[in-house]
Formats: sequence, C-alpha cells, structure tokens
Amino acid sequence: MTVQDLIPSRSAGDPAAVTALVPGEVVLDEVVAARAPWSAVVAAGDVLTIVDLAGNQAVDCLLYAAADTSVRYSAPETIRSQGRIFLTTGSVLRADTGQALMTVVADEVGVHDTLGGACSKESNTLRYGQHTRAQHGCMENFLAEGARHGLSARDLASNINWFMNVPVDPDGALGIVDGLSAPGKRLALRAEIDTLVLVSNCPQVNNPCNAFDPTPVRMIVTRPGAGSRA
Amino acid sequence: MTGTISVPAPGAPGDQEASGTATTAGARAHARAQHGQVAEHMRYVPPSTAPGDGNTTPTSAFTWAETVAPGGYTTAVLARGTRLRLTDRDGDACASLLLHRADGPHERLNVADTVKVPWQAYLSTGHPLLSGFGRVLATVVADSSGRHDALTGTSTREGNLARYGAAAPESAAPAGRELLTLGALKHGLGVRDLPPSISFFQGVRVAPDGSFEWLGSAGPGAAVDLLLHVDAVVLLANTAHPLDPRPAFTSSPLEVRAWAAAADLDRLAAGDLVGPLGPEHVQAIANTDADLLARGVL
Repeated sequence: MTVQDLIPSRSAGDPAAVTALVPGEVVLDEVVAARAPWSAVVAAGDVLTIVDLAGNQAVDCLLYAAADTSVRYSAPETIRSQGRIFLTTGSVLRADTGQALMTVVADEVGVHDTLGGACSKESNTLRYGQHTRAQHGCMENFLAEGARHGLSARDLASNINWFMNVPVDPDGALGIVDGLSAPGKRLALRAEIDTLVLVSNCPQVNNPCNAFDPTPVRMIVTRPGAGSRA
Repeated sequence: MTGTISVPAPGAPGDQEASGTATTAGARAHARAQHGQVAEHMRYVPPSTAPGDGNTTPTSAFTWAETVAPGGYTTAVLARGTRLRLTDRDGDACASLLLHRADGPHERLNVADTVKVPWQAYLSTGHPLLSGFGRVLATVVADSSGRHDALTGTSTREGNLARYGAAAPESAAPAGRELLTLGALKHGLGVRDLPPSISFFQGVRVAPDGSFEWLGSAGPGAAVDLLLHVDAVVLLANTAHPLDPRPAFTSSPLEVRAWAAAADLDRLAAGDLVGPLGPEHVQAIANTDADLLARGVL
C-alpha cells in the first residue's frame, strides 16, 4: 500500500504541495510507518502538515527548542495559557519557560489531546495486564529517536497526542475514547523558532487511540513565501 | 515576626569602637549569639523539636518537620514507608510537588500516567502518584481538602513577571518553577529533571468545553497525607497557583511533617487504609514491590 492509495483524492499534481495545508516550497515529505518513531527540525517560519492517512491514528509528539533542548514543550504551560485542555487552530504550543515553540495554524479535526501522555511497555502492564509488557510503546520510540539528538529519559515530559480524543467528565473521569479524525484529516503547525519535533506514531493496540489498528502518517514541511516548485 | 533576633547594625566605616563586629572575636560572638532563635518559617532540627500538628502522631516520631514560608521551597530525601503530611495552615498555601526516585532520578512523577492510568484527573484519597515506568512513587492516603490540580502546573518566571512584576526566588512573588529548579539543583538535578508538577490545596476543574474552573482552597487547616512506596527526593514549592485570580500575590505558610509508617504500606495494599484500590493501582504496587524484591530491598 502506498501513500497515494491512502489519499487518492490528493494524488493529482505535486501531491505534497497539494496536500500541505499551508502552501509553499516543499522542504520535506516523509511517511512515518505504523508504530515507528520520527523526528525533524522544523525551521522558524516553516509549516509542518501532519496527515492522518488512514484515520484515527494517534501521533504522540514532543517539541524542543532546537538550539537548547532543555527548553521543551510543556502541557501545563500550553493549556493554562490558552485556558483550555484541547488543542486546535490558534493553539500556541509553549515551552515550560512560556516561550512559543509552534502554533497550530490549521486543523481539520478540532480536538487534540494534551493530558494522556505516552503509552509504554510498563504502563501497559497497569492498564491492560502483565501480558502486554512485550508490546511496543511510544516511550520506546521517544527514547530511541530522542537519543539520536542527545536526549534521554530526563528529557521526556507530558506529550501532545494529535488526533487523539481524551475528554474529562464532570467527576474527573478521563480516558481515551473513540477518535474524531478520519482518513486524510490534517493539521498544520508553524514553527515560531527552530523546533525539534519528536514523534511516536503510536503502536498502542489495547485502546481506541489508533482505532485498534496502527497506521502510517505523513509529514510534509512547507516554506511559505518561497513559492511552490511543483 | 516572632523570635527574630535584633541584630546591632554594623558601625559606619571608621566607627569601629561602636561596632561589635569590627574584630573576628566580636564577629564570632555576634554570630554565635544568634543560635537558638525561632523563626516563623523554618525547618525544625532535630524534627522532634517541632510543634505538634494537633494529631496523634507524637513529635518524637517526626523525621522531617518544617514550616515553609509563603513563596518558599523545601526538599528532602524520604525513605520508603514514610508518611508525609502537608497542611495548609492558613488557607492560602499551594504545595507544588515533584517526586524523583532517590537512586535513579530519571524515574520521577509522571503526571500524564498519574491521571490516565487510574482514569481520574482529580487527585484525592486513594490516588496513586505514578512514575513513567509503571510504578507508584506515593499514594494519597488522606485528604481533607479535595481541591488540587494535576493539570496546569506551577508558575513561571515570565508569568509572574507579567502578573506581579517579580518572579525571582528572593523576590516578593517567587515563581514555582524557579523554586523547584533550586530544589532540583540541591540534588545535582537541573531543569531537564523538572517535568510537570502537581499542586495541592488550590483546586482546578475542567468544564465540559475543556476550559478551567478555579476552585481555590478549602480554607485553613486542610491537610493531605502521602505514603511513599520508594525512597524519593521530595521537591516542594509553596507559592501562588498560576491560575489564582487575585491580583495581589497571595500565599501563606505550608506545614510539613513526616514520620515512618511502613505498616501503612501493608494496610494500603490490603485495602484497610483507604479502602479497595483500583486494579491499576494494585498492579502499580505489585510492579514496585517486584522491583524492590529484585534489588534485594524486600
């Protein structure tokens, strides 16, 4: 199965330039395999479009200032500053210093999670039983991909879950429920400073975060104002 | 302020006869004369010298006793089986807490797992405080407040500068992150070791649209007890909650008392301390105990 099979409606012309939510020169176009990690530095002003190719695929995401990875995405700072737990267009993704790292500039879903964090072999044992410890988890992806950038367990904090739906009930009950995304749904993040984007294409198969079937996602980075070379 | 020593002002330059600190002998005597004073906010050493907190635990059992100043912070390494009581004496304390495993501080409080795994965003009695490695660092075993926050973190330098015009630890409106950073540095840790923290005594709720509702405190005298499952570095900052709507920086003392209560671990696991535990909590205790067994601790 190719990317174009998954998004037939967006296969005409230059697919990346057409699929990107913000037009510009395409500087990166990659597919992240199901269950795999991914990372890239998105330069200030560039826009990362994430495409949920097959629908309801959680994309666990951490952000770091590329010049100083001790400045990293903070869920509390981000949600407190915007006054709301969910992310969508207009959400400014802030570091724990308060600095803006990226801004959601377009979103075809409307709700993304800031509370649920990452799955791991270890936490799977708490949630689903000891027999699930052998399964691959987002913590594995974050650690392995982060190590390529000099990061370690110390650098992991509460992450964003794009395309994942975690409501909080009036009594405080919260949990991962069926997603609101669909095949081909996209969101776009503009880098406010040079930002290291660390991703785990979530391998979880024990809850609805990936519709019980992990699938690939597509990453496109465009440079607005540089013109399309299609 | 009670018990603050009255220190003679040093003499003006050249006025050496008027100053008791013009010589090393004088300066030494002046310094030593200050011992034994009692301040309003202090750590009691030894902890048995602390005032009691009005409950049945004798002061002789205290392993840590401290009154943390408004805008202050404190830290200690506590042993497995320690029961840690935090009290909002006057109603405006806000205890921002982080826990790191003492012998491997990369294992630390993971707020996401702490709310996700037990299926509950609001902390209260019976809530496990989980690490990111499938283990429980501490359990909330008593809570007379019910107003806490595991979602919106602590205040930042930039935030307090914008709100109060000050944020430094030595200022009138210290930012929680600055205070936690200092606490971390005392253990050889740094800003990379500061994940999102949880706050006790100032409540936040989430409305159906995802926005925040500020509850504030439950009033003077509310207390929370934590029971530690592992040896842990405890970092505590006591400063205004970042969502506190009051325009003036508002904070009051935080009382800290700790004592050994290893038998409570067995009572907790048996369901006799806070009632039956959720299956995720039971498994977290099992994972923690298995780790300690492998290390030869149990």
